[in-house]
Amino acid sequence: MSDLSDLYQEMILDHYKAPRNFGALPEANRVAHGDNPLCGDKVAVTVKVDGDRIRDIRFKGAGCAISTASASLMTETVKGKTRQEAQELFEKFHKMVTGGGNGGDDLGKLEVFSGVSEFPVRVKCASLAWHTLKAALEGSKETVSTE
Amino acid sequence: MKTAVTSRPAYDVRKVREDFPILKTRVRGKPLVYLDNAATTQKPRVVIDAVRTYYESMNANIHRGVHYLSELGTQAYENARLKVARFLNAADPREIVFTRGATEAINLVARSFVAPALRAGDEILITALEHHSNIVPWQILRDEKEAVLRVAPVDDRGDVILEELEKLLSSRTKILSVAHVSNALGTVNPVKAMVDLARRRGVPVLVDGAQAVPHLKVDVRDLGCDFYCFSGHKLYGPTGVGALYGRAERLEAMPPYQGGGDMILSVSFEKTVYNKIPYKFEAGTPNIEGVIGLAPAIDYLGGLGLDAVGAHEHRLLEAATEALGQVKGLRIIGTAREKSAVISFVLDGVHPHDVGTILDQEGIAIRTGHHCAQPLMDRFGVPATARASFALYNTKEEVDTLVDGLRKVSEVFGT
Repeated sequence: MSDLSDLYQEMILDHYKAPRNFGALPEANRVAHGDNPLCGDKVAVTVKVDGDRIRDIRFKGAGCAISTASASLMTETVKGKTRQEAQELFEKFHKMVTGGGNGGDDLGKLEVFSGVSEFPVRVKCASLAWHTLKAALEGSKETVSTE
Repeated sequence: MKTAVTSRPAYDVRKVREDFPILKTRVRGKPLVYLDNAATTQKPRVVIDAVRTYYESMNANIHRGVHYLSELGTQAYENARLKVARFLNAADPREIVFTRGATEAINLVARSFVAPALRAGDEILITALEHHSNIVPWQILRDEKEAVLRVAPVDDRGDVILEELEKLLSSRTKILSVAHVSNALGTVNPVKAMVDLARRRGVPVLVDGAQAVPHLKVDVRDLGCDFYCFSGHKLYGPTGVGALYGRAERLEAMPPYQGGGDMILSVSFEKTVYNKIPYKFEAGTPNIEGVIGLAPAIDYLGGLGLDAVGAHEHRLLEAATEALGQVKGLRIIGTAREKSAVISFVLDGVHPHDVGTILDQEGIAIRTGHHCAQPLMDRFGVPATARASFALYNTKEEVDTLVDGLRKVSEVFGT
């Protein structure tokens, strides 16, 4: 039986209350929006891409603890990575939160979200920021939703 | 000499709960505390049995058959109609149209009553606390016909500002459509006064009673409205069924909503003659099981007495309002003068979604989100709220469990 502490781990609560990389990125050259209106989660991801590398990344928005913490940890993880690396991380993350992960993938801090797979209703919260990042990197103009 | 006092038997909620099989369910190892009744209600055994019995012994297509089963089914169906008519105190069962629910009923009125006479520049009046089902059909009409949608504002407590509503009733207003009770805030609107204001100006009125009929007595003739609707599943009845009350003279003058079988008297390729009311508005084979399940739901409520049920729910509302008022950082959204047993709230520093998940772990079912009332959420400056809504089988202990659950939320979030 899943425990609340599997979902609301200290690190998640920490990143919810004090999200990292939160705010505007004036020199951004990629931006995308994500919105899950049924839950009330909104996120805007701004990225400064330099060649193949994510030089800097910020996010803004309002939402539940899971979506906020996920966005915060995402920005920490992908900063400085290449677009390819970010894409791979997205796939591994998505697999983990939907219960398909095998624990062997080194996701570092992101593993704090492994509990989300026990709370299927919240998968969309955890993955919103990542889908939005993907859209930003692809230059998609449409607002993303994971509902 | 002592006067004999006939005291009304106290409301025995334990006994009531025994009538609802699902209440024995355990959720995540804990007893189910079902506080999401504004979304849908649980069903008493008599309703579940009626649906099963229909299929076991009465199932046949209704209205058209000459055989025994068809006669049984038709009788049961029409008896349900009569029951709904009495439930609402309509003058005549012809004034009751069965629909899929309140949403379909509103769409029916929009299409068949308002649309035919709606010209560019005409006005439709609703309020700021409406459910999407009482907003979107009017927006669709507005866009089609270049009409104007006017919205009567609500104050910070969640009461519709009557003076403003009155000002918005103009010579071009073709309908006033208003909720009897707000699903998001619990506000009980003074619909009789609103109908009076509208009728004095010759404006027809549709009242959406989805959140009202389970909790208070509705008398459509006393209200004086032209149309009144509700959904069965919010009234301890099956899903997929609801009713629209419409004054006979209105329904008679309206073109059909959907075309098909049953709503006709005769069909040829050159000319089709529509059936009389209410059948004109019941095309196709209806949700017979739903209608048949609705009758015992109405009877069940009648057996307990709406007064007793209302009083019980009111006690729960008072207890919950008081208890929630003590929770640090909790703000109740919707503090109207008169409320039904619905409490919407926000908790500082915690998103409603997280509140909902943590309460779910305690076996508590509440609703979080915008409650199909996004404009209202915007008006109160919140993206979403958490909502607990009570029904005739909820208990004071469940209120306590909710408060304990909220304490747990504060613990988890360190607020």
